[in-house]
Amino acid sequence: MELLAFGKTGWGDELFYATLMTIAVSIAAMLVGFLFALIFTPLKLSKYKSLNLIGNFYTTVIRGVPELLVIYLLFFGGSGAIMYVASIFGYFEYIEINAFITGAMAIGIISGAYSTEVFRGAIQSIDKGQFEAAKVLGVSKFAQFYKIILPQMLRLAIPNLSNVWQITLKDTSLISVTGLVEIMRQSYIAAGSTRDPLFFYSFAAVLYLLLTYLSMKLINRLEARYSRGY
Amino acid sequence: MDFELMFSSFPKLLGATVVTLKLLSASLFFGLFIGLLFAILRLNKNIFINKFAYVYSYVFRGTPLLVQIFIIYFGLGQIEYLRSTFLWVILKEPYWCAIIAFTLNTGAYTSEILRSAFQTIKPGIIEAGKSLGISNKIIFYKIQIPIAIRQSLPAYGNEIILMMKGTSLASTVTLMDLTGVAKYIISTTFKPIEVFIVAGGIYLFMTFVIHNVIKYLEKKYSFQ
Repeated sequence: MELLAFGKTGWGDELFYATLMTIAVSIAAMLVGFLFALIFTPLKLSKYKSLNLIGNFYTTVIRGVPELLVIYLLFFGGSGAIMYVASIFGYFEYIEINAFITGAMAIGIISGAYSTEVFRGAIQSIDKGQFEAAKVLGVSKFAQFYKIILPQMLRLAIPNLSNVWQITLKDTSLISVTGLVEIMRQSYIAAGSTRDPLFFYSFAAVLYLLLTYLSMKLINRLEARYSRGY
Repeated sequence: MDFELMFSSFPKLLGATVVTLKLLSASLFFGLFIGLLFAILRLNKNIFINKFAYVYSYVFRGTPLLVQIFIIYFGLGQIEYLRSTFLWVILKEPYWCAIIAFTLNTGAYTSEILRSAFQTIKPGIIEAGKSLGISNKIIFYKIQIPIAIRQSLPAYGNEIILMMKGTSLASTVTLMDLTGVAKYIISTTFKPIEVFIVAGGIYLFMTFVIHNVIKYLEKKYSFQ
């Protein structure tokens, strides 16, 4: 137990901050994922074949390739790509992106592919009559989406988004390979310096279980909220 | 684009694919048995037995696969007692540690898939078997299991693809699988995009094959 003490003698506070980091990266990745979903869901639902192709390419590639490979691509290629873009604008200094942004981007791209599929499914399962009725009543495209489609879509999407959240939360453990100090990395450091890997990795497992359990509780409440009237 | 690198790394990556496929097939094979066992335990009426199976699947589905591998590879070696038993022959090899972790992980997911498949079997089918005087054991082996397997094919196909992606984590415990070799080439040449295209292409090809095999099986064993 003294291994988990707060302060200089134990690893309690380090692991606590690492847990906060895991939560922060997961939320950031989820938001990046929503951004990607916002771009690619319309592409997948578009009438145009070429746009469909781009959307399908994104979701197929990301869901068919291991998460770790995507992380390595961004970890080793991320700063190179940004420096290339910067060089077009006439900036030639070395640019280093920090591990948090790389991690959030990499996991975000992955969770975005899953979110895109969820949103596509949710929109497609909304009755066509809803779109037509909105059109007939002369509701603007903008209001049609925000006031009519989105509220109905969220109810259908939330259970599946909760799965995406669980996947994202667990995927953040993989960013530890890039050196970002989240639960997994901190346990690795602690295990290395105390020579007690069994305890620290088991404790990491408990922390992840706690996070998934608590987020499930939270999401269930959200689900109840959006299912009012059903 | 460095096409030369892409061509020269292709055979190396293809060789590493064999390791990936070995890991995948071994863990799926053992995982199927564990999954079936725990699915049956879940349906047991004894509350301790089904709670035990529930906790197993909850823990393995609620924690990252990386943690599970690390506990088994780094953690179990710490127990002095284990080092003196014959188990140590297996546990000191990263290859077997990875397979054990993957097996337990896919077993947890498979047990959930099979359990829901068992639960969706119409009671009428079992009753029909009973009224024909077929013994409970034969109803289970010859009626329930085949129907459950057919029912769970689509979900199990997804699980196979997820597991294939999961085997990439073997590279974190020094195994040179497809991702491990890809990372090695990237870190020595600093050409991430070229290597990603080749390695990603191989993974996508495997996903494509698995997807189509499952689709074919679904069609072949459909009820209609």
